[in-house]
Amino acid sequence: MASSSKAARLGEEVWKSRVDKINAEVLTLTYGTIVAQLCRDLTLPATANKTDYAAVNAELDRMGYNIGLRLIEDFLAKSNTGTCSSFRETAEVISKVGFKMFLNVVPQVTNWQGVEGKPQAFGLVFEENPLAEFVEYPDDGRAQDELWYSNILCGVIRGALEMVQMQIEAHFVTDVLRGNDTTEMRVTLVRYIEDEMPPDDE
Amino acid sequence: MPAATTTTAAPPPPPLDFKNSDTIPVLPPSKHQPSLRYPSSGSHRKTIYDRSLSRPPSATSLPAFAYLFNTLITYHHAKSGSVSDIETRLNRAGYPIGVKMLDLLLYRQAAAAPGGFGGAGKSGASGARPTRLLELLQFVHGTLWRGLFGRQADALEQSTTKKNEYMIVDNEPVVNTYVTIPREMSQLNCAAFVAGVVEGVCDAAGFGTEGVSAHWAEGEEMWPGKTIFLLRFREEVMEREEGLKAGGGGG
Repeated sequence: MASSSKAARLGEEVWKSRVDKINAEVLTLTYGTIVAQLCRDLTLPATANKTDYAAVNAELDRMGYNIGLRLIEDFLAKSNTGTCSSFRETAEVISKVGFKMFLNVVPQVTNWQGVEGKPQAFGLVFEENPLAEFVEYPDDGRAQDELWYSNILCGVIRGALEMVQMQIEAHFVTDVLRGNDTTEMRVTLVRYIEDEMPPDDE
Repeated sequence: MPAATTTTAAPPPPPLDFKNSDTIPVLPPSKHQPSLRYPSSGSHRKTIYDRSLSRPPSATSLPAFAYLFNTLITYHHAKSGSVSDIETRLNRAGYPIGVKMLDLLLYRQAAAAPGGFGGAGKSGASGARPTRLLELLQFVHGTLWRGLFGRQADALEQSTTKKNEYMIVDNEPVVNTYVTIPREMSQLNCAAFVAGVVEGVCDAAGFGTEGVSAHWAEGEEMWPGKTIFLLRFREEVMEREEGLKAGGGGG
């Protein structure tokens, strides 16, 4: 696909020439302390140390959303990409430019559902996930069924796309940390947000 | 400063008391059955247990780190009542990283050493844990900083007034790259996170501290972000060091 290889080239170029780098392990470990802290702080009602993993997932998503709102500006400035002509192109740009530029990984776009004009969704399969390096779930019989370790990424994509008039829904469906063979996030387009006039604008 | 000579005649270890060794309680085998699941596809193992620890770390973007670090600070700021409270929380966040980094970095040093694991040579090169104060400080100043930030720290100094206080100076801490401090909190230095990492390394190496803290260097024009990490070692650590120095032939 032409737009796919173009996106890949752009991603490489931005990563090589326009991005300050840091050791990926510093990122991994910092993210780890955030998740660990949330697991300690967010506990089920009336328990001292039973983590409410659903609340952790939600908080990670919220943190990501706040990042996404700000990250999009950085993304547009560095990548110079224009408006995407289709949601398919959006998927390619997220994977090959966005993820490449910020995390130096390129998740694979797969499992398309729907066509233009109908509800559309795609999967992002992470061959490598810098956030989850060194990670081992606690063997409490719950974490592997309830925690989505990298959930912050869903929020980032949601926040970033909202700023460019796309309302999406994103969630992980598999994770190698849960014993699955792949790590996959599903991204579903809910709607394009129309430019809305402020209520009192004459 | 003692020179880094290698001839250390360590005092002989106390003899083991074999007569009483059968009194050591042996725990009964645990009934706990681990229930963790792992990816099954054989050709394509992706768990952390399948990866080499000595593989050099890859690069990621500084902005990605900055977003996360900002998230970490915001989270702790919202839960804190004061500047020192935030710093304590950031310190605690970094601490467990330091505890693990010590082992990881020593393991990598050993794996990369010419003789491989157990190779003879100076401590450090062989992956031995630093046992003397100066070794530890050089480990933090050099190995730890290189491992985390790709360069060594800018200076290592001993306090002129207190002999248990040491300072590691970073002219431009990477973690503070995108951090601006509001005027009313000007004392806050978010490199407290890194101070926590350093404290974790010191503790894990057996050099207990009364705390490691990060401070702005005053009146610096050339390096506005210059940060001093103050390491305050416990009295017993200093006493042990004195003892080793006296018994170990100057080390």
